[in-house]
Amino acid sequence: MDPVTRHTGVGVPLRRSDVDTDQIIPAVYLKRVSRTGFEDGLFSGWRQDPSFVLNQPAYSSGSVLVAGPDFGTGSSREHAVWALKDYGFRAVLSSRFADIFRGNAGKQGLVAGQLAQEDVELIWKQLEARPGTEVTVDLQERVVLCAELVAPLQIDDYTRWRLLEGLDDVGLTLRDVDAIDAFERERPSWKPRTLA
Amino acid sequence: MGRTLAEKVWDEHVVRRGGDGEPDLLYIDLHLLHEVTSPQAFEGLRLEGRGVRRLDLTIATEDHNTPTLDIDKPIADPTSRTQIETLRRNCAEFGVRLHPLGDAEQGIVHVVGPQLGLTQPGMTVVCGDSHTSTHGAFGALAMGIGTSEVEHVLATQTLPLQRPRTMAITVEGELPEGSTAKDVILAVIARIGTGGGQGYVLEYRGSAIRALSMEARMTICNMSIEAGARAGMVAPDETTFAYVKGRDHAPTGADWDAAVEHWRSLRTDDDAVFDAEVVIDAAELQPFVTWGTNPGQGLPLSAAVPDPEAMADQGQAAAARRALEYMDLAPGTPLREVAVDAVFIGSCTNGRIEDLRAAAEVVRGRTKADGVRVLVVPGSARVRLQAEAEGLDRVFTDFGAEWRFAGCSMCLGMNPDQLAPGERAASTSNRNFEGRQGRGGRTHLVSPLVAAATAVRGTLSSPADLEAPQPLVPA
Repeated sequence: MDPVTRHTGVGVPLRRSDVDTDQIIPAVYLKRVSRTGFEDGLFSGWRQDPSFVLNQPAYSSGSVLVAGPDFGTGSSREHAVWALKDYGFRAVLSSRFADIFRGNAGKQGLVAGQLAQEDVELIWKQLEARPGTEVTVDLQERVVLCAELVAPLQIDDYTRWRLLEGLDDVGLTLRDVDAIDAFERERPSWKPRTLA
Repeated sequence: MGRTLAEKVWDEHVVRRGGDGEPDLLYIDLHLLHEVTSPQAFEGLRLEGRGVRRLDLTIATEDHNTPTLDIDKPIADPTSRTQIETLRRNCAEFGVRLHPLGDAEQGIVHVVGPQLGLTQPGMTVVCGDSHTSTHGAFGALAMGIGTSEVEHVLATQTLPLQRPRTMAITVEGELPEGSTAKDVILAVIARIGTGGGQGYVLEYRGSAIRALSMEARMTICNMSIEAGARAGMVAPDETTFAYVKGRDHAPTGADWDAAVEHWRSLRTDDDAVFDAEVVIDAAELQPFVTWGTNPGQGLPLSAAVPDPEAMADQGQAAAARRALEYMDLAPGTPLREVAVDAVFIGSCTNGRIEDLRAAAEVVRGRTKADGVRVLVVPGSARVRLQAEAEGLDRVFTDFGAEWRFAGCSMCLGMNPDQLAPGERAASTSNRNFEGRQGRGGRTHLVSPLVAAATAVRGTLSSPADLEAPQPLVPA
C-alpha cells in the first residue's frame, strides 16, 4: 500500500446525509471477483441524473469528496471504498462516518477524515461558489485546507500512522504470530470446529 | 468494577493488547464466508502466497446471488455464476468446507451458523456481511467485516479491533399481542437513529428480551447494524442453552457441562457501567412499519405518513422530503391505506422457521389480495425442509404465495428476485434503502405478522385488521 501524507485535489460537494453504501455502489456491481474496475458503479443511481454533482464538468475530476453526516452507513461492502478509489477519490470528508466504512477506508489507503459540520458547511459553500476549488487533506499536520479555511481534521492515531507508513495489515499482525500460537494452545477444547 | 457482557467476551479473546489508542488483536472463533465478499480476499492470499490458518474455524455457503427457483439449472446471470464458481474454486483450492446451492445445509450464512450449532455463547464470530450481528443473540460478539478483514482473518485467525463502547438497550414489560421482535428493533432504531449505535456494542436486556425465543433474539440482534452499532448481544440463558444443545456442532458430555458452566458467567455484572443506556417500555410497542428510505424512518402502523414541514430538525426534514418523494407518499396518508404490489417474507432477519410459522398462521385459510405478488423464501434449505414437514408450504401456496428455495432473495437486488421500478413492497428484510430490492423499488420494513396481514388485505395491515377467515365447510 502506498503511503498517504498529504493530498490536494478538486473538492466535490455532496450535500446529502446518510449516504449509504447501497448508494455508493449498488449491489448489482458486487458480483465481480476482481479488485479493480468499480468506478462505473460509483453512485450509479444518482449519476443517471444529469444535475448530479459528478456529472458537472467542474467536479468530474474531483478527488476529495465532502459529504453530509453519517457517510458510508449500511452494508459492509468494501466495494464502496474500491469504487471511490477507482473513480479517483483519495479522501472523503464528513462530520460522521459509519464504523465499518471508516475501517475499510483506512485499510485501502482512502482517507476518511472527520470534520466539524460547520467546517463541512463552509467548504460546501466555497466549492459551490467556485466549482473546481482544490481541497488539501494533510494527514501529517491533521488539517484540511480550502481557500482561506484551515479546519482541524480528526482521524484516529492508529489509522493515521498506518496511512502515513503505508502498512499492510496482515504483515503487521504476523509479527505477533508467537502470541497467536500461544493463545491457540489455551483455547478450551469444547469450542466448535467446522471440520471433523 | 464489574464488566459488561461485551467486555467479558472481548477480554477472553485478546491475543495482544494494543496500547495507547492502538487496537487490540482479537482471536476469531468462527469465520463465515459467502460468495460476495470473499473472492478478493482469496485473491489477496494467493498474491502473497499465504494459506488459511484455521480451516477448522472456517465455513462457507452460497446465498446472496443464488436464485430461489430452478436451482438445479445453471445460474442464468453470468456475473452471479462467476461469483459462485469463484467461491467453489477458492474453497476447493484452500480446503474450506462449503455448502453449495442444492446442499442440505445451504442457506443464508446467518441462518446456517446457528442451525448447525456453530454459533455458541461467548464466541467471536465474523463474516464479510454486516448482518453478522445476528449471532450476538447467543451472547457471542459477532461483527460484520470488510473484504480486507476477511483476508486478514483467513491468514491469521485474528483481527485488530478498537475496543467498542457499550450501550444497554433495556426493554422491560410484556409485548402486546401482535407485537414482535421486529417491532422492538424497528422502534429502537427509530428512537436512537441510524447513527445512534455508532461505536457501540448494544446489549439487549430486560424482561421483554428474556421472554423472547432465540429466533426472535436473532431478529433483534440482526438489525443492530441498522442503528449503526458494531454488534448487538443478548446474554445467554436457559433459552440459549436449550437451543444450542443437541445441534451438530454443540459440545457433548463433559464438554457440554464445562461449556455451560462457562456460559453462565457471561452476563453483565450488577456493578458494571454501560457507556450509554436506553430504556423502552415493551407495553407501548405496536406493530411498526417504515415509511422512508432508512430503517430509522419508521412509525407505528396506526400512524400516518409524517409531514417533513412539521419536523423541527432541518436535516431530518430534508431527508424526509427526499424519502417521501422516492417512496411516492403524501404526508398525512394513514399508513394502513398504503397499497403494496409485493410482499416478501424471508431474509436473515425473518427467514427462520418461527417466522414462517407466524406468517402461515395469519394466512391459513385465507386468499391473498388480488394483484399482490407474495414471495415466501426460507432462510436455509433446512428451514425449507422443516416448513414442508409441517405443511407450511401448502398453507402458503393455497393462499396464493410463491414458495421458494433458500437464499437472500428479494432482500437485496443481487439475484433474480427483485422489485420493478416503482413497485412497492412490504418486506420482512432489514433495509429500505433506495433501490435495495431492485432499482426504483420501494420498501416498507415490517414483521412477518404484518407482512402476512398485508398480503391478505393488499394495504399495510396487522393481523388485528383481518376479519375471521371463511370456513371451508359451512357450519
